[in-house]
Amino acid sequence: MPELSRRRALTTAAALAATAAATGTAAAHSANATPSGSPGSPDAFDEVYKGRRIQGRPSSGGGHHGGGHHGGDHHGGGFAVYVDGVELHVMRNADGSWISVISHYAPVPTPRAAARAAVDELQGARLLPFPTN
Amino acid sequence: MTVRKNQASLTADEKRRFVAAVLELKRNGRYDAFVTTHNAFIVGDTDNGERTGHRSPSFLPWHRRFLLEFERALQSVDASVALPYWDWSVDRSPRSSLWAPDFLGGTGRARDGRVSDGPFAAAGGNWPIAVRVDGRTFLRRALGAGVRELPTRAEVDSVLAMPTYDMAPWNSGSDGFRNHLEGWRGVNLHNRVHVWVGGQMATGVSPNDPVFWLHHAYIDKLWAEWQRRHPEAGYLPAAGTPDVVDLHETMKPWNDTAPADLLDHTPHYTFDTA
Repeated sequence: MPELSRRRALTTAAALAATAAATGTAAAHSANATPSGSPGSPDAFDEVYKGRRIQGRPSSGGGHHGGGHHGGDHHGGGFAVYVDGVELHVMRNADGSWISVISHYAPVPTPRAAARAAVDELQGARLLPFPTN
Repeated sequence: MTVRKNQASLTADEKRRFVAAVLELKRNGRYDAFVTTHNAFIVGDTDNGERTGHRSPSFLPWHRRFLLEFERALQSVDASVALPYWDWSVDRSPRSSLWAPDFLGGTGRARDGRVSDGPFAAAGGNWPIAVRVDGRTFLRRALGAGVRELPTRAEVDSVLAMPTYDMAPWNSGSDGFRNHLEGWRGVNLHNRVHVWVGGQMATGVSPNDPVFWLHHAYIDKLWAEWQRRHPEAGYLPAAGTPDVVDLHETMKPWNDTAPADLLDHTPHYTFDTA
């Protein structure tokens, strides 16, 4: 699996670089509210949950996915979630609830809840990066 | 002619042949292509964008075609095999014969969810989880842990009573039969069963668990039951709907079949009971 590991390492590095960039703008994002087309876009978050770092932030869809994300259009309604720096595919439902690829049939109220549900489900296992997931 | 039977009524020989055919598709690599296709659609189908396999009217015809492809693959291994269905409103316990070691094997162990008996247990070496979203390569389940109860027959009947196939906005926010059967709204049938099984069945790579096919074969049967109860009602929308598969539009990934071509299951298979 050297190929996978290398890709994972690159994605993680890209995610960490994006973290550094996003940290400076997170406050501005919450204050400015609403990216186009997603009313009530959730706030960024960054916490350690059950020993793992989960992060979420508005995503313009530009740049930080690197070459990994096919299509380039993020389906989280302009919001990206990471577990230990690896992107977790999330999706916003029409009613405002959220799911992730790890818990795809059980909507929860927020992307932070989706990230926590993923950590619960992973039981310590590492998440595989796009495009694998 | 293919007859799809209730899994609870299969003979020992029918179970053995079904399992052997599934394992052969796994061995020769064809099985994992189905998992890949399903995950691609589940992450690609969105409420406000293009949607084909899920959260849309074509959820039912898309899965009907997907199951037909899988059943034909099984039959290329053993022509006697048909997809069984799991009526989870009746066989609603982890002690059901469905989960016995001679068929699908049981729930996962507490520590890591690993299924430890049956033909799909990792220890047997015949069921590596290759198409996956995390590092774990063994089949997992947690029967009844994510949600306590499977749907009841009364809940199924309440959904079958809905007279309209689907409604605008044709997604997870819709009223109507399709979305209540899919489970994004109301008592929640299909989605809840995925959650009840747990493990890979709760994820985008749910076909990693062979029960995926038995679950969807029953969802497909419920569509047929709904059609019989509402002979005047048909697939909607009829035409001109952006991002949504209309009655006569072809569906990805096959691009040669429209919902209209799949409304009648009887050219392909029948069921053991009406």
